Amino acid sequence: MSSFITSMGFDVLFKGTNMIRLLQGLLVALKISLISVVLSIVLGIIIGMLMSLKKPVINVISRIYLEIVRIMPQMVLLFIVYFGATKALGLNVSATAASLIVFTFWGSAEMADLVRGSLISIPVIQYESSYALGMTKLQTYLYVIIPQTVRRLLPLAINLITRMIKTTSLVMMIGIVEVLKVGQQIIEANRKTSPNAAFGIFATIFLLYFLACWPISLLSRYLEKKAA
Amino acid sequence: MDPILKVEHLHKNFEDFKALEDVNLSVQKGEVVVIVGPSGCGKSTFLRCLNGLEEIDDGKVILDDKVINPGNANITKERQKIGMVFQSYDLFPHKTILQNVILAPLKVQKRDKEDASKEALELLERVGLSNKKDQYPRQLSGGQKQRVAIVRALIMHPEILLFDEVTAALDPEMVREVLEVVLSLAKEGRTMVIVTHEMAFAKAVADRIIFMDGGRIIEEGKPEEFFEKPKTERAMRFLESFEY
Repeated sequence: MSSFITSMGFDVLFKGTNMIRLLQGLLVALKISLISVVLSIVLGIIIGMLMSLKKPVINVISRIYLEIVRIMPQMVLLFIVYFGATKALGLNVSATAASLIVFTFWGSAEMADLVRGSLISIPVIQYESSYALGMTKLQTYLYVIIPQTVRRLLPLAINLITRMIKTTSLVMMIGIVEVLKVGQQIIEANRKTSPNAAFGIFATIFLLYFLACWPISLLSRYLEKKAA
Repeated sequence: MDPILKVEHLHKNFEDFKALEDVNLSVQKGEVVVIVGPSGCGKSTFLRCLNGLEEIDDGKVILDDKVINPGNANITKERQKIGMVFQSYDLFPHKTILQNVILAPLKVQKRDKEDASKEALELLERVGLSNKKDQYPRQLSGGQKQRVAIVRALIMHPEILLFDEVTAALDPEMVREVLEVVLSLAKEGRTMVIVTHEMAFAKAVADRIIFMDGGRIIEEGKPEEFFEKPKTERAMRFLESFEY
């Protein structure tokens, strides 16, 4: 058994504070994703509602915004904000702030598009039959439109959230020591004593990400069932 | 007697298209007015103007001495006096049948839940659907959904009911169950304005027939007169189109 653990490179986890360091790295990644997910949901809902108004000016701006987010790899966005902005604009943006900016910028765009899509998928007749019953605009949104929108939005939003959590692994490219970076450091440091550490470490990271995202998937399934 | 609903010189345009031109109508309390006419003649638009779902360009819609206007601050109050049932079964898909029916009484009229539910069940019983109260709209047939939509309008105690081609989207075998409900409401002496393509039904239910074409009222009269010997050539051609 112990030889299996060693040959698979899991032994390195039990050396020193390695496991704790990995978990701390995961926390760094989760903190960045959690903050940007919350900001993205709030901003995305607001922007998505604005987009559903179909005002030409808003349409043009949001279109450009969405296209930028779609076309640019997140890593390029990170580099632009972290290296570009600090040098070109003389701003002193910390790596964490830069990644929060980028992930919120990205997440808000995707969230906004999902909100817009869910909102416009509600047939006009749902509004009209609410008005015909004497409901105000606010009541119509509160009791008829938003509950239906949320139900359509939920699985899509959850998918986006898990994607955002996974993509935070990119922040190590701008020097943030998150779980993947910690993993690399551990592998490097133990190259001589545990040459097989790579497998053990990355498998552990895989498991950690799984543990972070799986509950979200479960929650989404539960909520979908409850809403149906 | 003063009419309950009065429409004066109503004009409605969609950009350059004149959907309604100088439409005048008054409906007495307890009267059943049926509007017929070819597709696109403006009859549905007319109905939608009656409860402020469409902006009107000129003229007036007056219900109970109050002007109906989408911009009015009290439009929601006026709309409670007008029950409307649409062509598509427009129940709220995320709510059960009972919840669909009591939503507006609870939220708009602030009625007591127990009291509203009790009345809802009585009305559902009347259309033969009280056993479906905890089901969702998707579990019901088109005809059943349409009957629930009628109940949902009735529970608000409207002074006038508007029916916009309520059977047009139904399978033929379900048309009858819906029309029978409408017919029973007419017998109760309710005030109704009905848009329909079912000529036999129009004949049976109407106190007065309005024939519209090209956004205007072309002819109106008693059902027997209109269907037996229409006065205008356009009405004649329209009625012929229903014969084989």
